[in-house]
Amino acid sequence: MLIVKSLYTEYPGDRGQAVRATHDVSFAVPDGKLFTLLGPSGCGKTTTLRSIAGLEVPKSGEISLHGKVVFSSAAGILVPPNRRNFGMVFQSYAIWPHMTVYQNAAFPLQVRRHKPDRKKIADKVMGVLHAVALDDVAERAATKLSGGQQQRLALARALVMEPQLLLLDEPLSNLDAKLRERMRFELKRMQRELALTTVYVTHDQSEALALSHEIAVMSEGRIVQIGSPREIYERPCNRFVADFIGTTNFIDAQVIEETGEGRCRVGTPVGVLNVQCLDRLRRNEAVIVSVRPEDVELSEPELEGTDLDTVCVGVVDAKVFLGEYLDFRVKIGDVVLLARAHPSLRTPVGDRIFVRMRAEKCMALPAASVSVPKA
Amino acid sequence: MTPTATLLTSSVRLPRPDAKWFVVGAAVALAAWLSSVPLGFLLWQSFMTPETATTPAQLTFDNYLTAYGSVETLRVFGNSVEFAAGSASLAFVVGTFFAWLNERTDTPFKSAFFALSLVPLIIPAILFTVSWILLASPKIGLINVAIQELFATDRVVANIYSMAGMIFVDGLHQSPLAFLMMTAAFRSMDPSLEESALMCGATVWQIALRMTLKLVWPAAAAVFLILFLRAIESFEVPALLGLPVGIEVYTSSIYQAVQTYPSDIGLASSYAVALLVIASLCVYAQSRTAAAVERFSTVTGKGFRPRVMRIGRWRYLGAATFAVYLTVVAALPFLVLLWCSLQKFYVAPSLAALQNVTFDAYRAVFGYPVFASAVWNSLVLSVASATIVALTTAVLCWVVARTKLPGRWLIDNLATLPLMFPGLVLGLAIMVCYLNLGIGVYGTLWIMLIAYVTRFMPYGMRYNSTSLLALHKELEESAIMSGASWGMTFWRVVLPLLKPGLIAGWIYVVIVSVRELSSSILLYSPGSEVLSIMIWEYWQNGQYVELSALGVMLIAALLCLVLLERFASRRFGIASPGV
Repeated sequence: MLIVKSLYTEYPGDRGQAVRATHDVSFAVPDGKLFTLLGPSGCGKTTTLRSIAGLEVPKSGEISLHGKVVFSSAAGILVPPNRRNFGMVFQSYAIWPHMTVYQNAAFPLQVRRHKPDRKKIADKVMGVLHAVALDDVAERAATKLSGGQQQRLALARALVMEPQLLLLDEPLSNLDAKLRERMRFELKRMQRELALTTVYVTHDQSEALALSHEIAVMSEGRIVQIGSPREIYERPCNRFVADFIGTTNFIDAQVIEETGEGRCRVGTPVGVLNVQCLDRLRRNEAVIVSVRPEDVELSEPELEGTDLDTVCVGVVDAKVFLGEYLDFRVKIGDVVLLARAHPSLRTPVGDRIFVRMRAEKCMALPAASVSVPKA
Repeated sequence: MTPTATLLTSSVRLPRPDAKWFVVGAAVALAAWLSSVPLGFLLWQSFMTPETATTPAQLTFDNYLTAYGSVETLRVFGNSVEFAAGSASLAFVVGTFFAWLNERTDTPFKSAFFALSLVPLIIPAILFTVSWILLASPKIGLINVAIQELFATDRVVANIYSMAGMIFVDGLHQSPLAFLMMTAAFRSMDPSLEESALMCGATVWQIALRMTLKLVWPAAAAVFLILFLRAIESFEVPALLGLPVGIEVYTSSIYQAVQTYPSDIGLASSYAVALLVIASLCVYAQSRTAAAVERFSTVTGKGFRPRVMRIGRWRYLGAATFAVYLTVVAALPFLVLLWCSLQKFYVAPSLAALQNVTFDAYRAVFGYPVFASAVWNSLVLSVASATIVALTTAVLCWVVARTKLPGRWLIDNLATLPLMFPGLVLGLAIMVCYLNLGIGVYGTLWIMLIAYVTRFMPYGMRYNSTSLLALHKELEESAIMSGASWGMTFWRVVLPLLKPGLIAGWIYVVIVSVRELSSSILLYSPGSEVLSIMIWEYWQNGQYVELSALGVMLIAALLCLVLLERFASRRFGIASPGV
């Protein structure tokens, strides 16, 4: 179990003033789980990862793994990074260009205090190179590898030391789209098979959703929400998370009344909606309703509204054909909604269309969420 | 708490006392000592009377009064400025013209010209000067002899022993440097700026004057200042050409003051301080213009080769002038040395003289008692100083680029400070320093090693910092994460990746160390002569023939080294670090 307790970090700014990088960051990663720090650039996710690695020294806080403290400002403990035995894959892969593939992977074993004998090193290195399917290029110069191969070598180098913890810093961001998707599966398979406790940093929400057991969404140095991928996607706690994870529609609304079971009725420019709400809301309180484009149902034939599901009439404003699906922009009064529809829907631009929003798919979020950075 | 954990105080974090801080501390201390202590002694000495057996040294302003209270000094100052300005202007005009011709016009044989124009850089200043004495001295100069015979007159056409002669020789010797620097400036210009002028209907000459020249102006100013600085520091040309006819500049005055008996080190020091002030003003102005160059920079990072101007039939004239230039700056000096080295005594080339070709001079050089030790000393000194410079500056550059150590900018400045010490001033400062410290290095090879390391440290910084900045930080961090200590990371990752820059810098320092004269001349003593000193001694004894033989061999050896350097940087340059 990796435990990070109220981590504060800062770095010197241009004029020597202290700039806060992370603020009260706390989380725990159970053994064998993959935990993702997700957020836009500059949100403090990489700083947090580098603090766990020991490459950066936090101002205060505590980091421990399996009950062993590696950093604690209160107790005055700082284990240097090369004594932590954490494997790390860097964004640039940091493959040493003056070494062969084999030498790269063997380095962590060669620099051990108690260096294993040559034979043992060779066995281990070839074993891990086999696992990432690089054993047949072991003697090749590391610079001759393709991007995907370099990424696998970086992973092999991190795994060969049998780390207690694996740290991954945007490991897929330097790959092209196709390769990225393949490596995503590969990475997930390996992590699950080896049951390695892993901290993963990315700004790509789909990567985070695909790989993680748990995600922490970060913004401006703080953790905004922690939860499973499904929770984060379906129950975002505020406007920032809803906006950053996937695409969504926001509709300004005002609370009419609570209807129990975590639901309430709100008045919006498109009519009265039944929505989910996490917190207790007061009557007349201003909120924002978030509804994902795939949850905005469209239909040419007229739809029936129920107690829970609202139906309204709109006009097709624009549409974009994207192959697997069709994006519609529908205008209801002054409100423009984005809707994702099956390509079989062929309503021409300017025609009338029916729109249905189900209560369990609409989320009421606090309107006054503090300074929301755009993703 | 684990055994490997270290204690921290809550507010201040002290660096862990390990190998890293020991190595870093040693490198920083070395740089600080080398670049600042001799300077302090020099300043101190300039305010002291000479120490004799009967009277101890006393505080005095007399040195400055002597140095600055006379008309003589005004003349030295005037001469220095005239010489430096003239030489820099000549070098600048020649270098810029050929750089423009080579970079911006369709003159033929460009790549050959570019390669050949680097050759004159190899010829040490003392050999270049001597070769021009052989070519244009009033009595024995080939040019004068030839013209006198041809027209049967006694008129001296070219007199190298004059201010004009000094400016000519020094300016010519520096012109390849101007050529190189201006080539770089022209290459970094955005060609579309000139192209748009062309589309507006401007002619080639209008563009050259109103666009190219103006755009390249800040860079040109910086280049001119460097040339001026090098000319004012130049020792060989004023010593060989000026002193015989009483034209003194700062460098030759310092040399005179030290060499007279009893030597007046206080006076020499006060001259040196003046020279240092001028040099630091140049360096300061140069850094200011360099900052302006960055603001004015037209580099777009696209890196395409600028379009060349068609200059029509002029291109053949261009190629011809280039050929003439190369003859004057490289072929003639080398050939005259070669010719001289094959004679018993120096005579103008003729069929009769051709009959007397002999290798006696080469035999004499090998038989010279000091030759073996001079070769050995030069070899040891250049290899040792190059190695120390390369490794020390690698550590220093790492500290500057990678750590967050407070005051690390100071390290950078300290290590590049010697750049503004003229060689003679540095030699004097080191001499004064170790004479007074009395730790037994004076009069040995060690003091020369100290001088060389100090003098060439800035070059090492330049080579290493460029390659270190190109190294991705994560390459080191991943080694640390793999469990390697700092020493292991530095040895197995940083140094191997710096190899291209390290090797190129190492060979460069070897070359300049072998050529070094102006510091060595104040520091050598019997037994610690080096090759450049041996040449100097030959010149003082009037042994031109042996001097030429030694010079020819030295130039050949340096040429091989330069080729090796180019090969090394190309060879290792391809495997560029970083992924």
